Amino acid sequence: MTKAAATKAAATTVLSVRGLSVRFRMRGGRHIAAVTDVSFDLAAGECLALVGESGCGKSVLASALLGLLPGNAQTAGSAVLHGGGDPVDLLAADERTLARTVRGRRIGLVPQSPAAHLTPVRTVRAQLAETLRELTGTPRRELRAATEAAAERAAFPLGHLDRYPHELSGGLAQRAATALALVGDAPLLLADEPTTGLDRDLVDRTADELRRTADDGRALLMITHDLAAAERIADRVAVMYAGRVVELADATSYFGGSGPRHPYAQGLLEALPERAFTPVPGMPPELGDLPDGCAFAPRCERATGQCGTRPPFDGRVACHHLEEPGRA
Amino acid sequence: MLDLKNITAGYERGRPVVREVSLAVAPGEAVGLLGPSGCGKSTLARVAALLHRPDNGTVTLDGALVTEWRHRAPRAQRTTVGVVFQSPRLAADPRLRLREIVAEPLRATGRQIEVRERVDELADLVGLGGDLLNRRPHEVSDGQLQRACLARALVLRPRLLVCDEMTAMLDASTTAALVAAVERYRRETTASLLAVGHDRTLLERWCDRAAEWTELSG
Ligand code: SF4
Repeated sequence: MTKAAATKAAATTVLSVRGLSVRFRMRGGRHIAAVTDVSFDLAAGECLALVGESGCGKSVLASALLGLLPGNAQTAGSAVLHGGGDPVDLLAADERTLARTVRGRRIGLVPQSPAAHLTPVRTVRAQLAETLRELTGTPRRELRAATEAAAERAAFPLGHLDRYPHELSGGLAQRAATALALVGDAPLLLADEPTTGLDRDLVDRTADELRRTADDGRALLMITHDLAAAERIADRVAVMYAGRVVELADATSYFGGSGPRHPYAQGLLEALPERAFTPVPGMPPELGDLPDGCAFAPRCERATGQCGTRPPFDGRVACHHLEEPGRA
Repeated sequence: MLDLKNITAGYERGRPVVREVSLAVAPGEAVGLLGPSGCGKSTLARVAALLHRPDNGTVTLDGALVTEWRHRAPRAQRTTVGVVFQSPRLAADPRLRLREIVAEPLRATGRQIEVRERVDELADLVGLGGDLLNRRPHEVSDGQLQRACLARALVLRPRLLVCDEMTAMLDASTTAALVAAVERYRRETTASLLAVGHDRTLLERWCDRAAEWTELSG
């Protein structure tokens, strides 16, 4: 892609999420508010990292975008995918549309555990070839070359194409899964905890490879609890707490510069062993039993009576008592 | 406290994953063991936790030579070591409530009221509040379940705690909370720690010293 084309692509919105909410209906008429009123845009060439503790709703958000929510889920809002064809609202589309035209073709999924995602009884070459045939209709005589090209795009070594998944190291399995995710040339890549359980240098390599896919003009949504991986490749960071985005910031100001502004976002960063290594006190609230006001209040040092009403999200942060940037 | 000498261990004959490895942990000391995944460090952790018999080498625990492993190990020796693994889902019986999971090692002890008190004490240490103890594994998060697994490892007051990638799946805040709980326990009991992992920043911050896997073979 030329520089001019890249600049143009960078201005193109690929995914537009507005007021997205997901609630689960439970036994006894209870509800779990897993995701509440999330809004963001994601442009081509951009990487947005969605971070937060486990159970904060980030994985449910990913499932919602892929149309893979369980039957007891109710959604509200919209998530319009612009890239790769006519705009489609991922929350409203039927399963047939999603399966035939969206998953794999317009949204590539880089899974959390590649070992579980790859078919154990088939070689990487066979799986890539089949996916190519299915998604791109590559004719048989061109399949061999196309398979190798697909492997190379994810830096998967050609000498390993005839191996079975269990014969691959964690890093190569991850690359095989990434290669599969890239086959359909989807404009949006969704990476769900792509670095969990990997060694640090493998984390770095995986993250860098994902970054490259964004630099090629794709939009990349990375869902992760690994702040180091987010710092390495994200352009922007969205911090989720109890189902809501509480801060949305440029990665450079979040990790360096003025730092996060929301008390929870600050606490999460300070928990890193290279920083203060102190946990955010307490635990995340139950999503089935959220307080009326700010959900972080029971764990927040700055909480006051005012926090009994929910702080509005102004597009950057949701908190009644922001410190001045730089003072934190 | 723990002395591993020239340990060779593996799962198939003639294919050891640990070769001639030596490592010692002094009383009260916290030692990190750093290595890439698949290098055999988890197998060494299992040897140290008396869960896997080595093919060769000696293990000395609290001054006594270890001659039996797993359920054959004498109770006194088994209770000297507590262990926490990477995946709490694999390490916890999905049918039990968290309270029962934490209390599992106390089953032989019997006295219900003591069991209850001890479990409550540990729940407080690891930060398992509210009704979490009454839930089953599928009703809690990975981080909450790992807190229960740590409590279970500490319930018999081990003098040595072995943590094998305890926080590898967890977020930064839960990691810091679990490490803080381990350190509080160690301050109160002067217990030793062997923490196995691949995260250098974490182990160097947590432990008194971090040993490199590649430098341990004799
Ligand atoms: S709104 Fe109040 S309780 Fe919530 S994060 Fe801000 S200061 Fe803390």
